[in-house]
Amino acid sequence: MAQAFTKTMARNIFYGGSAFFFLLFLALTFDTSGQLPSRDNRAALDGPMGETIAKGKELWEKNDCIGCHTLLGEGAYFAPELGNVYKRFGNSIDGIKGFIASRPKDGIPGRRSMPQFNFTDEELTALAEFLKYVSEINTAGWPPSDNG
Amino acid sequence: MTYKSQSVAKLYFIAAIALFVAQILFGLIMGLQYVMGDFLFPAIPFNVARMVHTNALIVWLLMAFMGAAYYLVPEEAETELFAPWLATLMFWIFLLAAGATVAGYLLLSYSDLADLTMNEMLPTMGREFLEQPTITKLGIVVVALAFLFNIGMTILKGRKTVVNLVLLLGLTGLAVFFLFSFYNPTNVVLDKFYWWWVVHLWVEGVWELILGAILAFVLIKVTGVDREVIEKWLYIIIAMTLITGIIGTGHHYYWIGTPEYWQWWGSIFSAMEPIPFFMMTVFAFNMVNKRRREHPNKAATLWALGTAVMAFLGAGVWGFLHTLSPVNYYTHGTQITAAHGHMAFYGAYVMISLTIISYAMPLLRGRNAANPAKSQTLEMWSFWLMTISIVFITLFLTGAGILQVYLQRVAENPQPFMAVQDQIGLFYWLREIAGLIFLVGLVLYIASFFVGQDEPEPAVAD
Repeated sequence: MAQAFTKTMARNIFYGGSAFFFLLFLALTFDTSGQLPSRDNRAALDGPMGETIAKGKELWEKNDCIGCHTLLGEGAYFAPELGNVYKRFGNSIDGIKGFIASRPKDGIPGRRSMPQFNFTDEELTALAEFLKYVSEINTAGWPPSDNG
Repeated sequence: MTYKSQSVAKLYFIAAIALFVAQILFGLIMGLQYVMGDFLFPAIPFNVARMVHTNALIVWLLMAFMGAAYYLVPEEAETELFAPWLATLMFWIFLLAAGATVAGYLLLSYSDLADLTMNEMLPTMGREFLEQPTITKLGIVVVALAFLFNIGMTILKGRKTVVNLVLLLGLTGLAVFFLFSFYNPTNVVLDKFYWWWVVHLWVEGVWELILGAILAFVLIKVTGVDREVIEKWLYIIIAMTLITGIIGTGHHYYWIGTPEYWQWWGSIFSAMEPIPFFMMTVFAFNMVNKRRREHPNKAATLWALGTAVMAFLGAGVWGFLHTLSPVNYYTHGTQITAAHGHMAFYGAYVMISLTIISYAMPLLRGRNAANPAKSQTLEMWSFWLMTISIVFITLFLTGAGILQVYLQRVAENPQPFMAVQDQIGLFYWLREIAGLIFLVGLVLYIASFFVGQDEPEPAVAD
């Protein structure tokens, strides 16, 4: 048995198997790229709010929101999921803006609190529009509850 | 130590351990913030502590991998390193870049850091694990290229062993897939899709090649088993790793806007991802049982066996726990993920780093084969303290995660995120206590470098 299975065979399985499955992965990626336009809400990015949403994503990244929150379940688990926060806030852009704007500067004694970022109204709109855009991505029914 | 130029590895190992300490200290800060939400607020907000915690981990593992390569590649190739001066220069550039980045995280607000480093020219910041300023990322690319060149040239001019080739393949993949960190479209689905090409294809792909190569090298050294046998195992393990792990990326494509067929591809292939880790456990124990010499470095052997077991538990078992899409639907983005992350990173990548450091450091410090018994005893204590602590951290986070999933997503009246967090605080306290014991283990680990150094080496019963 030990003789029947040689190092050369093991090596060939490694190179052959890796190459085959990497190519399969590329093929699936190609197919996914074709299907994404009907799922990823890119219409919003190409629409009248496109620039605002792009600005919102820049702010999202520039303030490291992912360092506390999850977005579609990815990120940190310290603060609520935001992929569906637009829906949780009753489909309200103003609700989201009001929440972010009203965070206390020095936090809340003994509790977790979101920092006060001093965003302008325009920035708040951009962030809220970005979160609205994300909430309209087809996520196969995730999350299981509106609580995220 | 056979070749003079291997000594450059020592710098990398020392810096790796220093950053390991930083990682754990900031981990403890975060752990406390989970239960005392205003701890250090707003001076060190949670996200900043988390950036330091995760980025320090990534950088110290990269430092350890580079150190491992500078140590083992010349020995395997049976020739001096191509350009030792380049390795030293790159070390200081890397350390400086890492230090400046951490200082930036701690001293500036993240948005000011983004402005200062002109993130708007090529925005890559603000994505999980890839928080580094774009200029730091470019620095990492330069360091990685110089490193690959140095290692590649050394291998070219010397003996080509399987260990070296697999290591080089893994390190090349590491550099290539990191390039996807520069792709950051506004389209969130595309952003996330290719973000995983860095994160998943690193930790469940090419990094496992690096892990396998280092483990094979240390096992050849400490067991004296025939190289042919070990190389065959190495090939078959990494074959299974990539065969299952590449399509296994699909387990991240269930709920981010990607087509639903990924639930099948991801579930089936990632369900097989534990196989290579199980083989690694069988491999390590088999080789040690069939050993043809009694190597005096017992601690290094313990770390090698520990890696095999803990990688299987953390990456294999805890990964499988939530990888099937019907399960992941409920567990995605909860403390279950955090539980898996902690044991997988510790078991696979922290432990393999400590394995090669344990094996190589005594030699780099001019000893014949191993540290004195007193030092090894302390090191083995630190092994058990850190390993048992991480098991408990994982168990407590798993407990927290199960409750979180139930209360927030499954119960008849699902509750809001923060209401649930308040109810599972006990588990976070227990996790923090386990974290403190981990720190004790880490202190003992560092102390082990300083005790008994003037005593003789343990006798080799060959």
